[in-house]
Amino acid sequence: MQNYQDIILKLKSYWAEKGCVIQEPLDVEVGAGTMCPETFLRVLGPDPYKVAYVQPSRRPADGRYGDNPNRLYKHMQLQVILKPAPEDVIELYMKSLEAIGIDLSKHDIKLEEDNWESPTLGAWGVGWQVMLDGLEITQFTYFQQCGGIDLDFCPAELTYGLERLTAFIQNVDSVYDIQWSADKTYRDVRFADERQYSVYNFEMADVDMVWKEFALHEGECQRLLGLFDELVVGTAPDDPNVKRFPVLAAYDQTLKCSHLFNILDARGAISVTERVGVIQRVRNLAVRVAQAWMAQRHGYRYAIWAAAGSSKAVGVAKADVPGRSN
Amino acid sequence: MSDLNFLLEIGTEEIPDWMIPNALADLQKRFLAALEKFDLAAGVSCTTEATPRRLALMANGIAARQADKQETLSGPPKNVAFDAEGKPTKAAEGFAKRAGISLDQIEVGADGKIFIERKVEGRPTKDILAEVLPEVILSVYFPKTMYWGAKNGPRFIRPIRWIVALFGGEVVSFDVGGVKSGAITNGHRRLGKKGIAVTDADQYRAALAANFVILSADERRQRIVSGYEAEFPPNAAARVRPNAKLLDTLTYLTEYPTVIRGDFEERFLSLPDEVLETAMLVHQKYFSIEDSKSGKLNNSFIAVANLNGDPDGEIRRGNERVLRARFSDAEFFWNSDIKKSLADRVESLKNVTFQAQLGSYHDKTERMVALVKSLAEAADLSSTIKVAAARAATLSKCDLTTEMVGEFPELQGIMGGLYAAHQGEPQEVADAIYDHYKPIGAGDDIPRNAPGQLVAIADKLHTLGGLFRIGMLPTGSKDPFALRRAAYGIIQIVIKGELRVTIDQLREMADAGDNASALRDFFVERLRYYLTNDAGFAYDEINAVLAASDNDPVDAVRRCEAISQVRPTPDFEPLAVSFKRISNILEKAGGVSTYASKQFNVALLEDGAEKDLHAAYASLREALKKESDYAVSLERIASVRPVVDKFFDDVLVMAKDEKVRENRLTFLAHILSEFSEIANFAEIVAEG
Repeated sequence: MQNYQDIILKLKSYWAEKGCVIQEPLDVEVGAGTMCPETFLRVLGPDPYKVAYVQPSRRPADGRYGDNPNRLYKHMQLQVILKPAPEDVIELYMKSLEAIGIDLSKHDIKLEEDNWESPTLGAWGVGWQVMLDGLEITQFTYFQQCGGIDLDFCPAELTYGLERLTAFIQNVDSVYDIQWSADKTYRDVRFADERQYSVYNFEMADVDMVWKEFALHEGECQRLLGLFDELVVGTAPDDPNVKRFPVLAAYDQTLKCSHLFNILDARGAISVTERVGVIQRVRNLAVRVAQAWMAQRHGYRYAIWAAAGSSKAVGVAKADVPGRSN
Repeated sequence: MSDLNFLLEIGTEEIPDWMIPNALADLQKRFLAALEKFDLAAGVSCTTEATPRRLALMANGIAARQADKQETLSGPPKNVAFDAEGKPTKAAEGFAKRAGISLDQIEVGADGKIFIERKVEGRPTKDILAEVLPEVILSVYFPKTMYWGAKNGPRFIRPIRWIVALFGGEVVSFDVGGVKSGAITNGHRRLGKKGIAVTDADQYRAALAANFVILSADERRQRIVSGYEAEFPPNAAARVRPNAKLLDTLTYLTEYPTVIRGDFEERFLSLPDEVLETAMLVHQKYFSIEDSKSGKLNNSFIAVANLNGDPDGEIRRGNERVLRARFSDAEFFWNSDIKKSLADRVESLKNVTFQAQLGSYHDKTERMVALVKSLAEAADLSSTIKVAAARAATLSKCDLTTEMVGEFPELQGIMGGLYAAHQGEPQEVADAIYDHYKPIGAGDDIPRNAPGQLVAIADKLHTLGGLFRIGMLPTGSKDPFALRRAAYGIIQIVIKGELRVTIDQLREMADAGDNASALRDFFVERLRYYLTNDAGFAYDEINAVLAASDNDPVDAVRRCEAISQVRPTPDFEPLAVSFKRISNILEKAGGVSTYASKQFNVALLEDGAEKDLHAAYASLREALKKESDYAVSLERIASVRPVVDKFFDDVLVMAKDEKVRENRLTFLAHILSEFSEIANFAEIVAEG
């Protein structure tokens, strides 16, 4: 039998053979692999990029104290970004399943419409959920916009749900029964994690402290973005001070805010009137970071920015894409 | 010139199933319009077919080239084209040059201008197709499109990966976003070959079939039905619960559908049918199986795979496991949800946002309770109904805090009803909660009992009033909060439930602030839509009825019924014509209402036709007072037609004597307004 870690290693080496950079997980809490800079920022701009990484993804509200066989506070995604999307991307994906021993002549694969949109990231794309014998194992998305910016080249994003996929291959009904290594199960490795974080997120997180943290990270992000605004005036995109500016550090702060928002949400601490506003605050940071990244690397709307003295004046691509519902 | 056959296949990645039929219709329409533009459409027959990975169009009888045409080009007048000596001027030379002819071919027409006739040679159809097809393909309408290369590249529903375009066996060459058309197609992703040569439409179908692609949707549909009927024959003890929508979905989700039967543990049958069905149909796209006699679900299902079989039972086991996990979840949710009653959940609705500016579902519920009470009073319903409706409204949104609705959002309302019944709420309260999102879409029933109807109206009315108040009105095709459906739902419930609530009362209760009159118009628009589309009345009858009064929907339906019943009688339309005439005369003289508000003097009416008309008017007036049947009333009104005709034959309305004239106009205005309370006849468009 293939262990959980065997499957991960095989998928990584498969995508390494296909020319991907194999990255390691981001060391900041995220709700999905999409939020990592390796996706969120790398899909921007014209330069090709291929990357694959496993990303532990934290969703505080999905925690179930380790009681539910299919639901986790933290699950692992294998995230693959192929930019630009190759013509045979679906075949490449199918072969990755064969690489982990799934015989596709004996299993039913369907691609069912599932479009993706993240209001907090100002991002959306179209695609499918990939169904394997009725089980959703992968989210396949052709990105169209990120941080409110139209992407120069449409990338393909493949997000494998590793626990589900392994449970399928190992033929077990509960993720906790997954064989992780030769002698350890998923339960052995992660149960304590699931139970304790459910207790923290639902019962014990100090709401006032988390709000303060949120404000601090938001403040730090805004401070950096403000400095970048000042820097843009009177400089050219290739100015060394522009190039070395820590946009990535500002993005860490955005991700912190997003995660803290999720904790507050799970804790039931965000009131009706606040919720939309807080999402909007995180989105503003994400969009400004995306613009700064593009300005820094590709001189994106640099002249307009420099003239106005603020990224707010740069604006973003019109969200009103033909046929789009909202 | 022989006619040729055409084959187009747009090879794509998986197109969302529900978009395919419309896309095919649009492709055919645009293709024929393109032929039409080049005078090539006559005698062409066209069919379309599709699978998730291909849209195909096959056409027969297209001419190999356009017919040649004679064309007349007209130039400047003769005196400009020729000088005094009859020699061609520069103007004539220019004209000849532009037209591509020599000067001696110029003739002078009857209009005094020079002209030439020339033959325009028809172009080869293949060239024209190569020119128009990229545009035809890329303009096929899809609800949401994408680019798959560079950002300004072509947009389609999913990436186009290959194109087959053959006309009379030859490739029509063009390029769409870097994909060159050719004569090579592809089979089923797993079972078929890649790179299959195509020569014509018949061979194309056969080649696909040999490569596990059933091109015809009907054949795929049939294969699914025969597949499941082989497992569960229609007359056996258990049968597939038919579902046309699911069948369509699976037809367009597969290229080679194969039916897989699965079973699940019997203990899950203790979950509500609604939950089992939602998990199977909506989430897993399985057909459910029911007992042929009792109609109750049994513990099997039918899945449809996009493959040619399941020899080792792997697909069956996989699908069974997924369903078991879903049912286990549902079982867990049910057991955990019933630990807390709906009533105990009211408080937690404060944490569920309805709309940022309009507050929480707790706020909404409170408003709904007040609204059902006002509605019950307006419609003069019993206090039993009012009490039940208020209870149902209080509990109606509590299921939003249950785990089951968190996982199965489509069961909102329904779960509330089931939990309410389980917790011992009166059945009519439970039913009212269960039904209160109804009617969902055209053709859906209204809530089954009066409390449910009141709660359903209150819910929609609160949404409409609130969103209108904060200015979020639907515009054009944009209606993100489905307000049209909400208003239409209210109209349907009022009419089908025969609730005597007026649109003015609804507007008042909705509390739409500055947009109150816009909301009233919105309701009238939906009422008009109902009368047109649901009830099927003629537009002019609806105009006549609504012009008389648009306030009471139930009454408007009754008046429409009466008018369409009386309309075929011989006097009706001629009378309508006369009324229209009266209305026109009065409009010219200063408006109907100016005169209708005055009193006329019987003594000033002329003997003969006018006095006769007055006698008819007076007796009709008395008769109508006692008549409650609209059809009978209309028949009586129509019966005065001969008297009205005689009046117009004998009497000059615009008499010279001002006093007589004013009196006459006032008299006519009374006839018009008093007999237009059921319907404004002037709106009727008489035939012939």
